[in-house]
Amino acid sequence: MKELIENKLRNQFPQAILEVSEFRGDLTFLVDKNFIVEVCKFLRDDPELSFNLLVDLCGVDRAKRKDRFEVVYHLISIKNKYRLRLKVRVDEKDCEVESLTSIFPTANWHERETYDMYGIKFKNHPDLRRMYMPEEFEYYPLRKDFPLLGIPGSLQLPKR
Amino acid sequence: MGLESAFGQSFITTTIDAVVSWARKNSLWPMPLGISCCAIEMMAAADPRFDIARFGSEVMRFTPRQCDLLIVAGTVTYKMAKVVRKIYDQMPEPKWVISMGACASSGGMFRSYSVVQGIDQFVPVDVYVAGCPPRPENLLNAIIEIQKKVGKTSVLDLPDQPLIELPVLNERTN
Repeated sequence: MKELIENKLRNQFPQAILEVSEFRGDLTFLVDKNFIVEVCKFLRDDPELSFNLLVDLCGVDRAKRKDRFEVVYHLISIKNKYRLRLKVRVDEKDCEVESLTSIFPTANWHERETYDMYGIKFKNHPDLRRMYMPEEFEYYPLRKDFPLLGIPGSLQLPKR
Repeated sequence: MGLESAFGQSFITTTIDAVVSWARKNSLWPMPLGISCCAIEMMAAADPRFDIARFGSEVMRFTPRQCDLLIVAGTVTYKMAKVVRKIYDQMPEPKWVISMGACASSGGMFRSYSVVQGIDQFVPVDVYVAGCPPRPENLLNAIIEIQKKVGKTSVLDLPDQPLIELPVLNERTN
């Protein structure tokens, strides 16, 4: 299964796959961020692979390393009983990834959560608002440089 | 029932304060604001085993307009703080507040950007209940403490507060 996915992807998108790694049987592809929508569409629609379920989509802050943020996609092929992880790296200056909502509608709220917590923007998202924090909040709480107890005065309390 | 036969045609002298606070303290109507696991213990306090009715406060009303005791049972986030304050503002005077459990009293284990580190930052609290979550006996103890406090309160002590104008919130639009 692993070779099949890799060969198919490499044939279809020669420049998209930057890195392949496997850890304890979990296959991970590092994908170029410009190709992520096409790669997901191909993985979903290919009759042999049919990765038809997006389980999770989240962000990672890699702190001081090059390309600070990472968006992680977890896919399942129900037909083949196989899990696959895709990763996309973005730089802090150009913090934008194409939205996956056109392929998997589930991605809508997952991407809103990732935007809320890390400030990664999703291009062509139908409704990119904050998920948990108040709309007027100016920071991104899961970034590594955000203090644990928050920034004093950034969230308003009712007057006593 | 028995009082008339015991006193017959005689009368009792007392003060308004004594009668009013006696009536008030033995009939507290709690507003159960259960916002996390403390609520389970609060429900347990109302069940036959612990029986909050022994202290005259079994009438849990889920509308703040009929209550005089706010039990904040659970973790209060910054987003929820506005709701807690609104419920407090809707309760008629006189009113008392129990901060139940570590989270409501001090943020508890949630030492985090999203959780208010103690609800006394935005509502006046009368009794804090320790525990995570507190046992039902502990909540009953808090109600006994509130009763003592209510018993000592004179009618003249109560603040003559003007009606609060609640802000009109257009929450659906923002």
